[in-house]
Amino acid sequence: MTTEQPNQMKTDENGLLALKQVVKHFDISGGLLDRLRLEKGKLRHRRTTVKAVNNVSFTIAPGETFSVVGESGCGKSTLARTTLGIYPPNSGRILYRGERIDNKNGQQMLPFRRKMQMIFQDPYASLNPRKTVMQTLEEPVVFHNPSISADQVKDRVAAVMSQVGVDPKWAARYPHEFSGGQRQRISIARALMVDPEFIVADEPVSALDVSIQAQILNLLMDAQAQRGLTYMFITHDLSVVEHISNRVAVMYLGTLCELSPAKSLFESPRHPYTQALLSAIPKLGRKKSGHVKLKGEVPTPINLPGGCVFHGRCIYANPRCAEEVPEARTVENKVIVACHAVEEARI
Amino acid sequence: MSHLLEVNDLEVKFGLRQGDLTAINGISFNLDKGERMGLVGESGAGKSVTGFAIINLISKPGFISGGRVIFNGQDLAALSEEAMREIRGNHISMIFQDPMMTLNPVLTIGTQMVETLQAHRRITRPEAEAIALEKLKKVQIPSPEKRLAQYPHEFSGGMRQRIVIAIALITDPEIIIADEPTTALDVTIQAEIMDLLQQLCESEDTGLILITHDLGVVSQVTEKIAVMYAGKIVESGLTDRVVNNPKHPYTQGLIKALPGSLQPGARLNQIPGMMPTLTDIPPGCAFNPRCPLCETICRNQEPPFIPVDHLTRMVACHMVKPDPSMGTR
Repeated sequence: MTTEQPNQMKTDENGLLALKQVVKHFDISGGLLDRLRLEKGKLRHRRTTVKAVNNVSFTIAPGETFSVVGESGCGKSTLARTTLGIYPPNSGRILYRGERIDNKNGQQMLPFRRKMQMIFQDPYASLNPRKTVMQTLEEPVVFHNPSISADQVKDRVAAVMSQVGVDPKWAARYPHEFSGGQRQRISIARALMVDPEFIVADEPVSALDVSIQAQILNLLMDAQAQRGLTYMFITHDLSVVEHISNRVAVMYLGTLCELSPAKSLFESPRHPYTQALLSAIPKLGRKKSGHVKLKGEVPTPINLPGGCVFHGRCIYANPRCAEEVPEARTVENKVIVACHAVEEARI
Repeated sequence: MSHLLEVNDLEVKFGLRQGDLTAINGISFNLDKGERMGLVGESGAGKSVTGFAIINLISKPGFISGGRVIFNGQDLAALSEEAMREIRGNHISMIFQDPMMTLNPVLTIGTQMVETLQAHRRITRPEAEAIALEKLKKVQIPSPEKRLAQYPHEFSGGMRQRIVIAIALITDPEIIIADEPTTALDVTIQAEIMDLLQQLCESEDTGLILITHDLGVVSQVTEKIAVMYAGKIVESGLTDRVVNNPKHPYTQGLIKALPGSLQPGARLNQIPGMMPTLTDIPPGCAFNPRCPLCETICRNQEPPFIPVDHLTRMVACHMVKPDPSMGTR
């Protein structure tokens, strides 16, 4: 790619990408009649909101693999989309190389879109079935560089296709002619076409079989090494996370519980939820699981519990946990935990 | 000694215009009372078809084209549909992946449980409800009396799967076939459901065939394991032994491909290529194009599935030599 590098600003404490107190709520209250409720004999106007992401802050350093883990419904995909500006946040700021991007319009976002790409979970749904691989891959390049010549585009497509391990002579084929693993390679190729710096991968290997999953993870790691990419990796598969991440953020009900370097998170999880989550991973050759049992079920993000969102299921909860929202604190070298029990040294 | 369930050289084909497609190509295994077995493999290996074939639920254009499924001395593959209905759901029940698809959304949990019982036994509704209540307690559903009158949508995913397990257990079957029972669930819920399933099978002495792609789950719950590839069992044996010391190159590759067995950040060991589709299974050993040990014989001759040690390990591979103490074969 030839055009100007977007503002090579200092990558200071804001890193490559920084989220500051980002909140994303979805209004699902529907029409006027759905919003009216009878309460104590009076008609009231009530809105229903899904509180998907609540007050999340973190910084991603250039070149790192930052993973977000959590169970279904914890807001990790919403967080990914909000980060890329697909959903505008309700409040908070998102900075890319120190520049605010959450309040930009489509035109102003364009140079950033080229630097930030996304890979989706389902390679069957994320490729247009009526476009050949060539059409799918050339579209982002032509869109971002209208002046590029047809030959250059062809060369680029061929180069990226061979990098992701799909034979360039298959460029004229349609997605249905490829297997799941090959489609995911094409999705990755599409993201790589515009030479991005930052890629958000939302469950990129969850739909794939183990032997294919290893191929795709290797491909992602190779691409990172060759191009110096920064990844934000969204997944629920903790063994994948342990393998590829530098740092891991654990989410529960739209809130960040713990953010640690991968090694220390897997060796000594601090937050009670992280402990329960890690103990539930089935490990090869480990007989009786002996996992930490959580009481109750995940509450809905519509009626968030007060205080710490986890207090209803936590074995260490005390009255303070039900009252006060725990602040994310750095407990030691780069380990950030939001938990009263950890703060009070009860665990 | 006869086993509770014996699958002998089972073969399932799907009749297509272009000719018959072999989905299961002669597999054999057995299960004793109270034994838990894992059937693992990647998508398309034939795990689910095997599960369906055991209870004779292969629907057209599929059919069982050979072999026998002997349960308590009867060949299920040859049984009439009416006689089969007596076995299915009564002596052998099945649990599926998606609990929302298994449960009827317009009937209460109670009705569905009572219906199952009444289909198999002459029993009054109050008697059936009492059994249903007892089973709901067994699967640890809180306030079961209230829950009986509720509909599936009022339960969470984990609770629904518990109900499905309760329904599978309601007739006190000898065998449960669980087809990916926790794949749709989160990891903490999965751990609870697997614990529950294992505990119930132990306390009721129920046999379990656990069909899954997740080697971690299998190694926690089962005593023995069969690894499938392209419609065949390529390796079977005691779960501990197979997982810790795989012999077939495919099993070895599968286990090495799991992240977690390596230093973080290292390249994962990948198996090149992908599983062949059923229409073009290569001649000889089906794994040969992806196999690091492949030699000429592998491309020409199908490897026999033979015992390789004294601990029930069986492997189908030309390159795996039986334990010398096994004598000459």
